[in-house]
Amino acid sequence: MKPVNVIEGAVSVLDRADVDTDQIIPKQFLKRVERTGFGEFLFYDWLRDGEISLESNPILLAGRNFGCGSSREHAPWALQDFGFEAIIAPSFADIFRSNCTKNGLLPIELEQAGCDAIAAAGRASIDLAAQRVGWAGGEAHFEIDPKIKDRLLNGLDEIAITLGQVAAIDAYEAERARFGPPNLAVDRLPAEN
Amino acid sequence: MTTPRTMFEKIWERHEVADDLIYVDLHLVHEVTSPQAFDGLRLAGRPVRRPDRTVATADHNVPTDDTPSARMIVDELSRKQVETLEANCAEFGIELFSLGSEKRGIVHVIGPELGLTQPGMTIVCGDSHTSTHGAFGALAFGIGTSEVEHVLATQTLVQSRPKSMRINYTGSLGAGVGAKDLILATIGRLGTGGMSGFAVEYSGPASEALSMEGRMTVCNMTIEGGGRAGMIAPDETTFEYVRGRAAAPVEGAEFEAALADWRDLLTDPGAEFDHEVTIDAAAISPMVTWGTTPGMVCEVADRVPDPTRFDNPADREAAERALTYMGLQPGTPIEELKLDRVFIGSCTNSRIEDLREAAATVDGRRVAEHVRAMVVPGSEQIRAEAEREGLDEVFRAAGFEWRASGCSMCLGMNPDTLAERERCASTSNRNFEGRQGKGGRTHLVSPRMAAAAAIEGHFVDIRSWS
Ligand code: SF4
Repeated sequence: MKPVNVIEGAVSVLDRADVDTDQIIPKQFLKRVERTGFGEFLFYDWLRDGEISLESNPILLAGRNFGCGSSREHAPWALQDFGFEAIIAPSFADIFRSNCTKNGLLPIELEQAGCDAIAAAGRASIDLAAQRVGWAGGEAHFEIDPKIKDRLLNGLDEIAITLGQVAAIDAYEAERARFGPPNLAVDRLPAEN
Repeated sequence: MTTPRTMFEKIWERHEVADDLIYVDLHLVHEVTSPQAFDGLRLAGRPVRRPDRTVATADHNVPTDDTPSARMIVDELSRKQVETLEANCAEFGIELFSLGSEKRGIVHVIGPELGLTQPGMTIVCGDSHTSTHGAFGALAFGIGTSEVEHVLATQTLVQSRPKSMRINYTGSLGAGVGAKDLILATIGRLGTGGMSGFAVEYSGPASEALSMEGRMTVCNMTIEGGGRAGMIAPDETTFEYVRGRAAAPVEGAEFEAALADWRDLLTDPGAEFDHEVTIDAAAISPMVTWGTTPGMVCEVADRVPDPTRFDNPADREAAERALTYMGLQPGTPIEELKLDRVFIGSCTNSRIEDLREAAATVDGRRVAEHVRAMVVPGSEQIRAEAEREGLDEVFRAAGFEWRASGCSMCLGMNPDTLAERERCASTSNRNFEGRQGKGGRTHLVSPRMAAAAAIEGHFVDIRSWS
């Protein structure tokens, strides 16, 4: 993952509440087995039908509960591939927000008034280290989990970080041998031939 | 005395490996959200830490026409995705139920059915409806593909602790009103973001009275209210369901030990939740969604709402857009909406009890002339059970299509989809634009309501319908 720090530039506005991941990347494009190339399918139906127009800019300004619905990480992949580096919204769906941070796409929660001001300004600059968004005529502080912030600023691989704690995982497993089925006791499938 | 704790806190605390690092007891995998995760492992040269705590199935892309094996799937990309899953599971030593297996089915249906899902566990899957498994008093939630890779590699998940909420259902559900109506009414009341950031415990007499199937329906749709996880305390209903299943603790000393442990999970009297809500279950009617989020829902006796009545401009605009998409006029009685399709299936409502209810509703009747109706069991085991009970015959005689198991028209990643502008009564969980096919119009309802709607060709109030 590339480190994230300062993101600056024009803002694309998608002023709708409850935009779900089925809209962000419709299901027919989930069949690819790669992580890349999803940008051209972003908001496929809405863009095709002229429901919305969306420019590729560094920042997307969205409505409340953005990214609700499915856990598909294809949604942040598509947004990022399209060109977005940060999304600003009054609120995000949980899984979507988490998926964004795993890919270095920065989700920022701001109150509606701040979002409206940024939409009007048309440009913004984000400083992750300082946890600040600035725009012509205003600025606002945003919250972010310190661990996620550190991982984003340094472009760290979360799996590598956790594997650094492998001793703790080993100890945990040794101490608590059984909760739930350790061996599934269900038949193995006959091998495909 | 120790401080009283909620069930959620108890499960969370016994799974903390380190700060914000949670151990995963069971990891369920399917073909759509896993290929990139396995790729990541390969690139980094990492093995799967606990293949014995990982189980995979093929569901989203599976045609429901009895295609016998992955390589016979006609759609090229679907075939490739399922074959990729087969190759990955073989390479990493993961148990897989693919096409041709009698244990295959929708991932959230087979977990409980095989006895993999048990009280007190942490369960994750690259699918938002993982919340379903919380019906057993497990902590279960959906994760993204990066997290799937993280769990495969480490058997843990980095998670910050969600807040806790309790939804108390007082009273009891009326005749003809079921778990689906209960959760739709709840989401309608709290909104699609109303449970956001919370692990939700459903409790109270109306929740305790539900069967395991009903509890799974409620927990399943927790994500539609934005909840991180939904859970219901395990009780005798739960224990009897788990007992004797393939992966359940072995009958005898092992099962008794498990029972003692499970009984310990219950929320202590006096434990505090960050938020509590009380809902009178007795006041709930059969529900029908009219819009494009599960929160846009009303009682079957209501009329399509008038967007100008919404105070909040964002809600008004969303309602207007939803009505345009759904092709609906404000003021039209819900019962007058004419249907083209009926879908009974999905991880919300495709279990044996759902099928029994639907079959009893249509027994001896005929599907309306202009309606195409289908029933898709949630798993191959449910399909076999339904066929043993003769439910398939009841459905066929009434004019329903009886299909092989899978996600089917819940999301249309397989050949089952709605055509543009087709109106569908569906027992699934999402009525988003295009969810069941581009331009398709979905109304979410319970299995009984869907079955009766198929017969009449429009919605009816199941309570007064005969
Ligand atoms: S049935 Fe629908 S909601 Fe459930 S896992 Fe399949 S696609 Fe997802």
